[in-house]
Amino acid sequence: MITRAAHEMSAAMASGEISSVELTQAHLDRITSVDAQVHAFLYVDTEGALAQAQSVDDARARGESVGPLAGVPLALKDVMAQQGIPTTAGSKILEGWRPPYDATVVSKLKAAGVVILGKTNMDEFAMGSSTENSAYGPTHNPWDLTRIPGGSGGGSSASLAAFEAPLAIGTDTGGSIRQPAAVTGTVGVKPTYGGVSRYGLIAFSSSLDQAGPCARTVLDTALLHEVIAGHDVHDATSIDAPVPQVVRAAREGSVKGMKIGVVKELNGDGYQAGVRSRFEESLELLAKAGAEIVEVSCPNFEYALAAYYLIAPSECSSNLARFDAMRYGIRVGDEDGASAESVMNLTREVGFGREVKRRIILGTYALSSGYFDAYYGSAQKVRTLIMQDFNKAFTSADVLVSPTCPTTAFKIGEKANDPLAMYLNDIATIPVNMAGIGGMSLPCGLAPEDGLPVGFQVMAPAMQDQRMYSVGAALEASLLSQWGAPLLSQIPALVGAK
Amino acid sequence: MSLTYEDVIAKYEPVLGLEVHVELNTNSKMFCGCSTIFGGEPNTQTCPVCLGMPGALPVVNEKAIESSILIGLALNCSITPFSRFSRKNYFYPDMPKNFQISQYDEPICVNGYLDVEIDTDEGIKKFRVEIERVHMEEDTGKSLHVGGATGRIHGADYSLLDYNRAGIPLVEIVTKIVPGTGKYAPEVAKAYVAELRDILRSLGVSDVRMEQGSLRCDANVSLRLIGAETLGTRSETKNVNSLRSVERAVRGEMIRHAELLNKGERVVQETRHFQEESGLTRSGRSKEQAEDYRYFPEPDLVPVAPDAAWIETLRATLPEQPTLRRKRLQSEWSVPDKEMAAMINADALDIVEATVNLGADPTRARGWWLGEISRIANEQGVTISDLKISPTDVAQIVALVAQGDLTDKLARQVVEGVIAGEGTPASVIESRGLKVVSDESALMAAIERAIAAQPETAEKIRNGHIPAAGALIGAVMKETKGQADAARVRELLLTHLGQPSD
Repeated sequence: MITRAAHEMSAAMASGEISSVELTQAHLDRITSVDAQVHAFLYVDTEGALAQAQSVDDARARGESVGPLAGVPLALKDVMAQQGIPTTAGSKILEGWRPPYDATVVSKLKAAGVVILGKTNMDEFAMGSSTENSAYGPTHNPWDLTRIPGGSGGGSSASLAAFEAPLAIGTDTGGSIRQPAAVTGTVGVKPTYGGVSRYGLIAFSSSLDQAGPCARTVLDTALLHEVIAGHDVHDATSIDAPVPQVVRAAREGSVKGMKIGVVKELNGDGYQAGVRSRFEESLELLAKAGAEIVEVSCPNFEYALAAYYLIAPSECSSNLARFDAMRYGIRVGDEDGASAESVMNLTREVGFGREVKRRIILGTYALSSGYFDAYYGSAQKVRTLIMQDFNKAFTSADVLVSPTCPTTAFKIGEKANDPLAMYLNDIATIPVNMAGIGGMSLPCGLAPEDGLPVGFQVMAPAMQDQRMYSVGAALEASLLSQWGAPLLSQIPALVGAK
Repeated sequence: MSLTYEDVIAKYEPVLGLEVHVELNTNSKMFCGCSTIFGGEPNTQTCPVCLGMPGALPVVNEKAIESSILIGLALNCSITPFSRFSRKNYFYPDMPKNFQISQYDEPICVNGYLDVEIDTDEGIKKFRVEIERVHMEEDTGKSLHVGGATGRIHGADYSLLDYNRAGIPLVEIVTKIVPGTGKYAPEVAKAYVAELRDILRSLGVSDVRMEQGSLRCDANVSLRLIGAETLGTRSETKNVNSLRSVERAVRGEMIRHAELLNKGERVVQETRHFQEESGLTRSGRSKEQAEDYRYFPEPDLVPVAPDAAWIETLRATLPEQPTLRRKRLQSEWSVPDKEMAAMINADALDIVEATVNLGADPTRARGWWLGEISRIANEQGVTISDLKISPTDVAQIVALVAQGDLTDKLARQVVEGVIAGEGTPASVIESRGLKVVSDESALMAAIERAIAAQPETAEKIRNGHIPAAGALIGAVMKETKGQADAARVRELLLTHLGQPSD
């Protein structure tokens, strides 16, 4: 049962084949048996999950109508506030903090009857591409435990690939949903900025952060997308418009007559051979399914990474100022005679990891008087140019596509001491965040040279998220008929797994 | 050897700059739904947003925007079609996010002015104070530093934090530099803050209680030699908590600066704290090295873009400007200047106007509020509006006196009864039995008895010694417990004794 898709689990519960409590228990058992190796979870809420499962079973027993994902378990990235549940954002500085409130996404999940199994590991404050920056140790890629599961949402994606959960929530600031999805052979979507409320999402870079759905199939991702999306009065940047019809698009899965634009700048040099070949094959499948493949050029994308590493650190230097030991989290050096200033300094010294400090310093510098225009100001101009590139490209294509990442999963430790090499991993995902549009990654096969998953990225204009699901579902169906079974059926069994 | 004020103004020209912070009286805070009521138990009016909890987000209070626009319109400002919030970054324990959300380079209102008048030996003088900007921001929490000598964070044993105030909407009104006030600088500063306070009160956007901190003034003062072009170094005086203090602070700083300059020393650019007791300022934070607040646009909020039609709707609701209203009422009611000033000082204008609007004669209405009622208020140490007497009560009392149903003396007892909580004027008259005795046969009987009791006095009156009537009138009034109309008693008595009654 745990290897099925979420919508199949839902059908099995509807037909009485299994209860939510049984399904939840099966996932909890799976976590117990494999998570020592994967380390996808920072906290497992056994009691809360079973209680929620029981209440869904009770509702069903009373004949009440429940939502399409009611009773289905889910893994929540530890960057989302959940009332009463330890929430750390992967940082030591928040160790022991239990939020007094639910993020809007969490409220919506609870209201939909989704069973939250626990909180998943991540790069500290979502800064990283490998989950190695977690203060609580790295997560391992279930395809190869010596490799990274991507980041920052490596825990969420790894939990899907390890069959510890059929659904997960991620957040994506520069690729933190899509890159982990790509390297674990799962599906992840960063919705249009403002499509899903950020209220309760511990901010890394406010103008780029976006929560989104993760799952093992495009349809499951769409179902979860509809549960968490929509306008929220608690988020001033949330869009007050109907949620795009993503479930319908995923069910139809049609690309007939669609124009699919291949971004010239996001392919070629620097992209692994196996990544390129799988990407090209996917384009052929889409063409066979009735899409027209065109090439588009986005010349300003080459500045995206540099601009991103000014904007995101600038915002983070301000967003992370609140972690000062005064109101929550750890407190260091609070001894007789210690000043507030010294407690703040010591707490931040001990509480933040290297990458977080690096970015706070970068951002503080970029916002400093005298440097602001040259750094933050210029980066915002680049952002406008990237938006213009997208706008122009979308006049000749309905969606844009590229490989999600230049490479498959790298080894744990391989890039840990080379931040620039690490940052380059997000070269194809960052433009989407800079423009505030939607992006999806779905698996398109294994790279022949290393047998590891390759991600296919689909990008759609703002609030046209359904187009990604049309393309994703069409490609997924074509690939499935070629493979005969889902890609994850080829994943090596984990030691100790039942 | 300290300088006199005259020495200062003989040599130097003061230049003012005033920054007024106003706490808006919205029901909820600037960016969350928490209550703004003053004086709650510490940290009871807080939520994840105003405590800066991880993940919480601000949402702008629409009412605060409306109030800010009203203020801008009343101060003759342009309302900008597009303004933004920024983050002002600095670490301080009473600031939950360690940044303050504030409008920086794109404020909501710009380029206005406020005309103020001051009464001088040379007559009324008018000054125009130009407004640079009106912008919105959130207030910080409050720190209470316990122990140590200064009450400040350095040297304290420990500090307590109260975040009830964190996130209260603030509007900051900043003037351009105000040159040309000469020796009147302290009065102009005071008159500006007073006029601004009256405008804000008439708009109903703030409680404007300086003593509670809902209106706070920072006074910037610099001096330059008379005739000089370049501005001197300024000091910024905070903690100025009353109108009188505004005047004293400006005057005090002018003298302090002049003493330094005369000694050839330089004025340090710094924040100074006003000391209510001494009227002097003490040194605060140095601003010699400008702090770097790393301002950048607040990414959690969208720009404020008020609709032009909405602005015009608000403009149409603007109340009459306080100065114009005062002039109009003074002329309508024919009030002498001195008494007008007394009425304004007593903050009695609204209440007198309300009484007049209920039909009372303006002079009588003013007489009651500034006389008997003010006297009782003073005795009780409250203001007239705190007393249990309303414009309706006073209007009724004025009418009863005019109709002859009450004498002034009885009316004073009615006022006292109403204030004591005995009910409306009618019920006080009823329960205390204060009705004027108008039954003439009863009065005549009392007069007869008085004459019988003092035959010699009556004889004097019969012989034309009119002043002697007072003793008999007094006796009648005593017998009727003061409820007779003394003038009528006099009339009846004199006629009865064969004397002219007028």
